[in-house]
Amino acid sequence: MKKTKIFAAIGGLVLAVLSVVLIAADHIDAPEISGTSTDIADFYAFQGEDPNNLVFVVNVQGILAPGVPTEQAVFDENVLLEINIDNNNDLIEDKVIQIIKRNDPATMEDSMYFFGPVAVQSSQTGLNSTIDTANLSGSVKISTTTDIQTSTANGMMFFAGPREDPFFFDFARYNEILNGATTGFNNPGTDSFAGTNVLSIVVEVPKALLGSGTVGANPLAPTTPVYGVWVEAKRKQ
Amino acid sequence: MKTYRFILIFATICSTLLFIQCKDADDNGNVIDNVSCTDGIQNGSETGVDCGGPSCEACATGLVFTGTYTQEDQMGRPAINTVFGTVGMKDAFNVTIPSDMRAAFQANFETNLFILNPAYTTNAIGLDATAFTTVLSNDVLWVAETGITTYFNGTEILTGRALTDDVIDVSLLLIFGGPAGIDNPTLVSDFVSENDATFSTSFPYLANAF
Repeated sequence: MKKTKIFAAIGGLVLAVLSVVLIAADHIDAPEISGTSTDIADFYAFQGEDPNNLVFVVNVQGILAPGVPTEQAVFDENVLLEINIDNNNDLIEDKVIQIIKRNDPATMEDSMYFFGPVAVQSSQTGLNSTIDTANLSGSVKISTTTDIQTSTANGMMFFAGPREDPFFFDFARYNEILNGATTGFNNPGTDSFAGTNVLSIVVEVPKALLGSGTVGANPLAPTTPVYGVWVEAKRKQ
Repeated sequence: MKTYRFILIFATICSTLLFIQCKDADDNGNVIDNVSCTDGIQNGSETGVDCGGPSCEACATGLVFTGTYTQEDQMGRPAINTVFGTVGMKDAFNVTIPSDMRAAFQANFETNLFILNPAYTTNAIGLDATAFTTVLSNDVLWVAETGITTYFNGTEILTGRALTDDVIDVSLLLIFGGPAGIDNPTLVSDFVSENDATFSTSFPYLANAF
């Protein structure tokens, strides 16, 4: 009884959040930014096909239905996406990769520009950033659903454009549990994100450009050097 | 005789000339891309001198990157703010730098863990409520510099996040599964174990849009 009431209370709060249109996931994000162009949907970091590289995936504007909603989704050129890398386990970024859209004047094509990975001055860390224009690493024409573009420069690989949303979760059932409407997940479950797209940035980086990780940063992998990474979305002031 | 000698000299000169290669420094756009990025000429698929196109560095001519950009959202591990944040806190979480997060939010996360699972004691990786929410409130994603990168594959724990990782099941297990991972069997998995589309083993890895 008490548990149901508590779930209902949480459910009520959660519903209040969800009633603000779009999801991100982190896919389901906070009220102020939910559905806006600074809304980060997802973030992945994994070893590349070449084990000397790491791959970062930053997804924004999730739950795009195929067709017109996907065709019309665009990256916002007033939003800087910044991948942060902590090398020494102090939870402060040591390096960043900065990513932003511009229309390339030479080709008149919308392109995504990538700066870094570059070391950050201690006075430059945190909530406010300027773009490190001296460290442009590469750019790529922004893809569409049919025109798939990638580029390579400085050992890095770049992609920006719509992708099938890689996230999978029975989010509908999760909400019913939080509401107290049901007490557990269905087996099998239903992927609430199936059939949807997301705007995705994929950048593959040689580990040599990232510096070293810290052994023991992850106590569950005590002999492995580990980076701490996260992504930020920043709006031009 | 004299004519023959002249013919011989002429033939020798001609054949010698055949072996002199003129270095053509003026490529006229005929060279392949990967040798032209440093030749001081706009050629191949470059859009500027030694820049642009798929192979050379980007051209920055005419582009403006000035200005200050201020944070509105961030993400480290999946679903942390979603599951452990509460209304009023989620917005603050998005603009708190990671090194300040634990002090600001660990206690809230622990309260919310017990709201989700009042019977929480410890979990399959041996963390009590304080230790677990301390790890989670430092919201950065760990990714290994060497070796397998995965949220959890039965052996490696929190060494990255791959596209195929079922991060929801990992999170549910750690919240609801108890010390042996066998408590609350209908809450430790959403029974959606994979993505609807297949990923590629090559860049850019994510599947084409529907």
